[in-house]
Amino acid sequence: MEGWDPNTKSTLTQIPLLTTKAGPRDGAAWTQRLKEEYKALIAYTGMNKSNDNDWFRISAANPEGTRWTGKCWYVYNLLKYEFDLQFDIPVTYPATAPELELPELDGKTHKMYRGGKICLTVHFKPLWAKNCPRFGIAHALCLGLAPWLAAEVPILVDSGMIKHKDDVSTSSDL
Amino acid sequence: MELELKEMLHDLETLRKALPDHPSNQTLINKLQSHVEHVCSLAKSVPVRRSKVKDMSAEVVDSNPYSRLMALQRMGIVENYERIREFSVAIVGIGGVGSVAAEMLTRCGIGRLLLYDYDKVELANMNRLFFRPEQCGMTKTDAAVQTLADINPDVVLESYTLNITTVQGFNTFMSSLKNKAFRSNKDSGGVDLVLSCVDNYEARMVVNQACNELGQTWMESGVSENAVSGHIQLLIPGETACFACAPPLVVASGVDERTLKREGVCAASLPTTMGVVAGLLVQNTLKFLLKFGHVSPYLGYNALKDFFPTMEMKPNPQCSNAACLERQKEYILAKPARDAAAKAKMEAESLSAAEFPLHADNEWNISVVDDSEADKSDAKSSDFLPEGLMRELPTADDFQKPPVSEPTVSSNDDLDELRKQLEALNAA
Repeated sequence: MEGWDPNTKSTLTQIPLLTTKAGPRDGAAWTQRLKEEYKALIAYTGMNKSNDNDWFRISAANPEGTRWTGKCWYVYNLLKYEFDLQFDIPVTYPATAPELELPELDGKTHKMYRGGKICLTVHFKPLWAKNCPRFGIAHALCLGLAPWLAAEVPILVDSGMIKHKDDVSTSSDL
Repeated sequence: MELELKEMLHDLETLRKALPDHPSNQTLINKLQSHVEHVCSLAKSVPVRRSKVKDMSAEVVDSNPYSRLMALQRMGIVENYERIREFSVAIVGIGGVGSVAAEMLTRCGIGRLLLYDYDKVELANMNRLFFRPEQCGMTKTDAAVQTLADINPDVVLESYTLNITTVQGFNTFMSSLKNKAFRSNKDSGGVDLVLSCVDNYEARMVVNQACNELGQTWMESGVSENAVSGHIQLLIPGETACFACAPPLVVASGVDERTLKREGVCAASLPTTMGVVAGLLVQNTLKFLLKFGHVSPYLGYNALKDFFPTMEMKPNPQCSNAACLERQKEYILAKPARDAAAKAKMEAESLSAAEFPLHADNEWNISVVDDSEADKSDAKSSDFLPEGLMRELPTADDFQKPPVSEPTVSSNDDLDELRKQLEALNAA
């Protein structure tokens, strides 16, 4: 964990760790895991809100809790850039991390696999593997998606690959 | 089309007769005629799909697609080549390695191929073999079936356009591997071998999970991101290391947020390395299926030094994959039966060998001592150490059990309640 900024570190320590090692095919154990996922997400979202650092919305898109959809955003130069966020819980979860997708950015950056899956290989996957099964969705967002947005959004904006929604609407309104 | 062209030729002839005999007319008509004849021959050479072949023949004629393969029997390499038609092989990932492996097996006359991929063909794939530019936009599975069915209509092709890492995709993947419709009399599973030709860790773990659960032998293949090395590996659940038995190197290495690669995730690839790895993979597959030569448990390929390391890996008794541990248990339980079979085979071989003493006299009383006994004691316990030696580090054979989750009786342990709580936070 050396090299991570102190803020991320202190946030991470406050997200409850998970204990049940179970994937979507494990029946009752998965339900237990799902409860832990919710608790961690509730704690993390609450913490973000109270620290005025709210930056995502996520909720299960099916009753089994295997597909999740929501939004995430990043503020750069005082402008808020918002993206759709989605991912599936893989069958080998939690041995393998969920592949977080930002479908709107597909094809706009090299740091992405097909379908808008953000690249987590170097900065996040090893951490996930070392901390299996204690890390969950909340940790993936905190340690996987947040640093990716911090690294990529400024480049995407500066290079003109993405435009702020106000700029887009004014130009199309004319 | 042919009929039209014939009529055109006929009309030209009539025209020649009808027109006054002027040289310029004649030259023009001759020219037209030769054009039509050319188009005629082009029309005739439009590819025709060959019809299916019922039995593989060893007859050496130009029209026999299997003569060179059946010659393997005459050369004494393969006992019964035609058995290849009974085999089903599943190929997961129809990319640079998988597509070439599929073509090789198709040309070899494999019985049935199951192809899995969710991706589409792109121009960026054209530095590799198999796919053609006009197939861009098609799913890789459809494009592969199109080409493979043309090459060899005898092969039964099944294509599955799905992502095996999702719950739904995995269920379809599992049931397709279990489907025994192709050979009803088979006592084993629905396929004989699974070839993993995927490009990421997640998908490999999924193939590993499926094969461990089914007890299905599979082969893994891979090409490095820098395109200059690759490997193939044979995985027999319970007998050899599974893909989860040894964690990947990156887990053991330290990481840093700043190592977020600036140049992006585009991996390099070469048609050569991918072709070599596909060749090694299918060679091992043929040896495994048709029972000839030595089937490599692991074969590496370092293109820069042309180095081909081989090794064997035993399963990890502390593997994190529960299905792997079950297969290991079964394998150990089946040991007496295996030993008996091996012994019977040895005896049968020694019986068929010379029964008279090798040497009539033994002046010096030389006797051959069987050293398999010593081997056995070694194999029995890896703890065995010669007298006077001791281990420096303690053994860690007790698997560190993760702390058993205590039934956390908290106030809010209802799933719906938790979901509502998160939604409330999301709405705020």
